[in-house]
Amino acid sequence: MTPPSNTLTDEELKLAELIVTTLNLETPASDIDPTAPLYGEGMGLDSIDILEIALAISKAYGVKLRSDDEQNRHIFTSLRSLNQHIQQHRAK
Amino acid sequence: MPDLPLIRNFDPGARFAVRAGRAISVEEFLGEARALAEMLPDRRFLVNLCADRYRFAVGLVAALLRRQVSLLPSNATADSLTRLGVEYRGVYCLGDGAAPSAIESFPYPQLSIGKGGAGPIPLIPEAQLAAIGFTSGSTGWPTPHPKTWRSLAGSGLAEFERLGLDEHRGMSLLATVPQQHMYGLESSVLMVMQGGLAMHSGRPFFPADICSELQGLPRPRALVTTPVHLRVLLAEASDLPKVDFLLCATAPLSPQLATEAESRFGAPLHEIYGCTEAGQVATRRPARTHKWQLLPGIALHQDYRGTWARGGHVETDVLLSDVIELCGQDTFELHGRTTDLVNIAGKRTSLANLNFHLNSIEGVRDGAFVMPEEEDGTVTRLTAFVVAPGLSGDAIIAALRSRVDPVFLPRPICLVDFLPRNETGKLPRAALDDLVARFTAKAGWH
Repeated sequence: MTPPSNTLTDEELKLAELIVTTLNLETPASDIDPTAPLYGEGMGLDSIDILEIALAISKAYGVKLRSDDEQNRHIFTSLRSLNQHIQQHRAK
Repeated sequence: MPDLPLIRNFDPGARFAVRAGRAISVEEFLGEARALAEMLPDRRFLVNLCADRYRFAVGLVAALLRRQVSLLPSNATADSLTRLGVEYRGVYCLGDGAAPSAIESFPYPQLSIGKGGAGPIPLIPEAQLAAIGFTSGSTGWPTPHPKTWRSLAGSGLAEFERLGLDEHRGMSLLATVPQQHMYGLESSVLMVMQGGLAMHSGRPFFPADICSELQGLPRPRALVTTPVHLRVLLAEASDLPKVDFLLCATAPLSPQLATEAESRFGAPLHEIYGCTEAGQVATRRPARTHKWQLLPGIALHQDYRGTWARGGHVETDVLLSDVIELCGQDTFELHGRTTDLVNIAGKRTSLANLNFHLNSIEGVRDGAFVMPEEEDGTVTRLTAFVVAPGLSGDAIIAALRSRVDPVFLPRPICLVDFLPRNETGKLPRAALDDLVARFTAKAGWH
């Protein structure tokens, strides 16, 4: 559906802004590459950050992340995959 | 030399673990440990990286039966495993996930147990070297802290008795902390073995996972966790499952957070104070008192260097890295850590160690880490000021990533022209605070 480009969609930019605010990151949200890995290299987040992001996502979107679902690794591959997961699961 | 039982307080047929919803009996556990012991390579040292808590326990016991020593590095980065390989010849890794390439790997095997599971409870010589914990030194090489079986078993039993868990016989215990960390080892593995409890084999991460796994355990049940997880659980979950016991450690908890946790989980919350060198030292119930009570047998004494712990399962004099005020025979108050120590989410290092690594990066002329003040339950990140003309912040982070645990990576990293060193070459705290204030104002933080 979404073309594999490095440009943030509006939804992705909103999520990027949420992450930047939650974690006090220096990078401007608009500079985040939606296809870069969230963990380790790339955005350089660790598991404590992921927990903080999960809490922020639960409050902002009403989506509770679970790690026993098989897709978990895939979800955190990139901002784009995280956003797709949220959009699929958010309360309609 | 007296022997001490591998496990205590289990009724015959009692559960030792719950794995994927299935109960594993104490006999089955011993049978698997005996089977694994026969298969382990003939070596002296291993690193047990099993992510599954039950498999970790099987590995720990199998190693004990073979008189092998479990090494507990503070992290499992390639760099740290490589260093262990140099110091501990022939060390291998027992794991149930992706095999590390830094040292030889022995994947957790498929175990078949016959009827041999039943049989007497193994006795382990109390002076047998069982494990070695590691803290980061100031030179980049980890400092070893050897533990005998007497120390490990004694710690698990002392905790069980102090916390009064005898009244919840056979309680199920779910932990969100890694079993390779001293707190996780003591509270989610050794206390289970010595107290006849039943461990959940997993380590759920997100609040929704923790709640559903807890819900799946029969009562009585306990949650072993950290301030970071506790805060997120209380903030996210509207409906928390009732538990019978809460245990928390790695950073002091405020009475407000403790009281809220007690009322929403419907259980008393106890806290543990300890360190890798000594293991657990004291406990308290923060909703009731801010004073810590020493575990049985441990005594503190003070001299010009600070406060030392010894006795009980603490087998050598251990210098504690916190400022401590003695209140009575076995109670004390904590007044923060001594200045150089850094503790982030239960991982510990010193500013000296981090500065050593930072300044060993090619192109870095000068650099210093700063630890800002901590707030309750939230994780504070380090700031680093670096003089490195020609290097970008990203390049410095990438170089640090291969040297230190990711939780210690600076956020932010501030490139400066020079550090405000005084005439003796020292960095006065006030000058660093000024620098921090200028940079935070610029970034628009609060």
